[in-house]
Amino acid sequence: MKVFGTLLESPVGKLTYRFRDLLALEPLTADELGFLLDQSKPFQEIQKHPLKKLATLRGKTVALAFFENSTRTRISFGTAAARLGADTMNLQAEASSIKKGETLLDTAFNLNAMKPDCLVMRHSASGAADYVARHLDIPVVNAGDGTHEHPSQGLLDALTIRDRLGTIENLNVTILGDLLHSRVARSNIHLLGKFGCRFTLCGPSIWVPRELEKIAPGVPIRCVYKMEEALEDAHVVLMLRVQTERLDDPPLSANDYILLYQLNAERLKRAHRDAIVLHPGPINRGIEITPEVADGGQSCVLEQVTNGVAVRMAILYLVIAGASEGGAHPALEANPSRSEESGHKKTKESANAGD
Amino acid sequence: MFQGRIDRATATNDTITRPMRIVEKAQLMSAEEIDRTLQRLAHEIVEKSGGTKHLALVGIVRRGVPLAERIAQAMRGIDGVDVPVGILDITLYRDDLSKVAPQAVLRSSDIPFGVDNMDLVLVDDVLYTGRTIRAAMNGIFDLGRPKRVRLCVLIDRGHREMPIEAQYIGRQVQTSDTEIIEVRLREIDKEERVMRVDRVE
Repeated sequence: MKVFGTLLESPVGKLTYRFRDLLALEPLTADELGFLLDQSKPFQEIQKHPLKKLATLRGKTVALAFFENSTRTRISFGTAAARLGADTMNLQAEASSIKKGETLLDTAFNLNAMKPDCLVMRHSASGAADYVARHLDIPVVNAGDGTHEHPSQGLLDALTIRDRLGTIENLNVTILGDLLHSRVARSNIHLLGKFGCRFTLCGPSIWVPRELEKIAPGVPIRCVYKMEEALEDAHVVLMLRVQTERLDDPPLSANDYILLYQLNAERLKRAHRDAIVLHPGPINRGIEITPEVADGGQSCVLEQVTNGVAVRMAILYLVIAGASEGGAHPALEANPSRSEESGHKKTKESANAGD
Repeated sequence: MFQGRIDRATATNDTITRPMRIVEKAQLMSAEEIDRTLQRLAHEIVEKSGGTKHLALVGIVRRGVPLAERIAQAMRGIDGVDVPVGILDITLYRDDLSKVAPQAVLRSSDIPFGVDNMDLVLVDDVLYTGRTIRAAMNGIFDLGRPKRVRLCVLIDRGHREMPIEAQYIGRQVQTSDTEIIEVRLREIDKEERVMRVDRVE
């Protein structure tokens, strides 16, 4: 190429990350998690538009495979896909061939044979999404695997906290309920822990084993068995659903649970004055939380649901757009051209991204 | 059917940096020329709008945004005409998802007024294929039904692939389609000028 004039330094673009799958929050860095939260913001705005449907993922298909029952998460992912213009295929445990003895991998291969562009899956076994992802050539998004992680819930909780409190850094977070079986708690700890948050876990001792203090090395976690103490100075109170079917498992009656661990207005006063209350739903009104608190000004329950759609739109957008390029970055290798943002654009229509 | 085991980490992310270099061929506009051009464009828009009551500017992310703000500022000097300015990120409305999206950082759009029945002027730095403007109109119409939409650009470099034209043009420039028009604005780039450049590998 003929070179005229002097060599110019191109303005450096902001870093972007590519996520092939979203299986867990634990392996992600604070920067990557912050990027995911930032990329959810434009999608939050779209929830407020009179016309909420985009054509960004038109012609793409998202497979929703829920091997374990779920209403909220499945509808949320389905809505996210629809608002991006993607189609969905649905697999539900009750009506599926799993009942007829098909293995998880066979089911995944069969779904994949229908050529979806992404697989969103929930399974009762920890690590199931990771296992399937290692055998599929399409992005896999973990929508909850056993007692391991629920990454999209962790992200939507963080987004809700950041919107309400203005930051997710250095907060006191109290998590109440069945910590032992909670993937929501684990995703929250792995996310917020990387931003300097301190955790207090509280619930019946059989649900809050001391081992939990070590699940995220470097993150201050303490287990407390007295609720009044656990709420002291909390900025965020994260409730977990009490699985009433498990209440009889430890020798604790619903009445005892209410007496010892129900979040009511009186107990909430012990938390920080501006503390917020989160709950992943579904709520058992009158069991783990009183209606007064659930419907009060400190509760973010419905904001969480709204943010859930935005976060899932961002996730689907990032993994599907990332995958549609293949493994490498052809745009990087072939004839990189001037781009206005951080991208590398090789085609004419994008040479002047601001045109 | 893909039966093999895919070799990949639990969650892979690649960081993309920008090692691209460009070479200046000619300067098309200096900072003063940009400033004078924006003043003229502000006057033209006000004159030809037939009233500014419903007028609003929408800057296209990124360099359209400071341009829109400066045009609005210039309008304030014209009989105190005060027009609202919105910000529109068109990434999600592009028609080339697979080529651009993975590297594009989404930015927030912020249109602080209802667009229904408004007289909108889209503002961008360079008009090229017209695809960005096509995407911007899709984005705008998701918000409502403006009365009129016009387009104002600092540079029109030709090579249209869409039936789209600008009503207010700072300067028309003949280009080959391997060239790039580089607009640098002090708000974003810490320097201010318009160049015709080529890329170097």
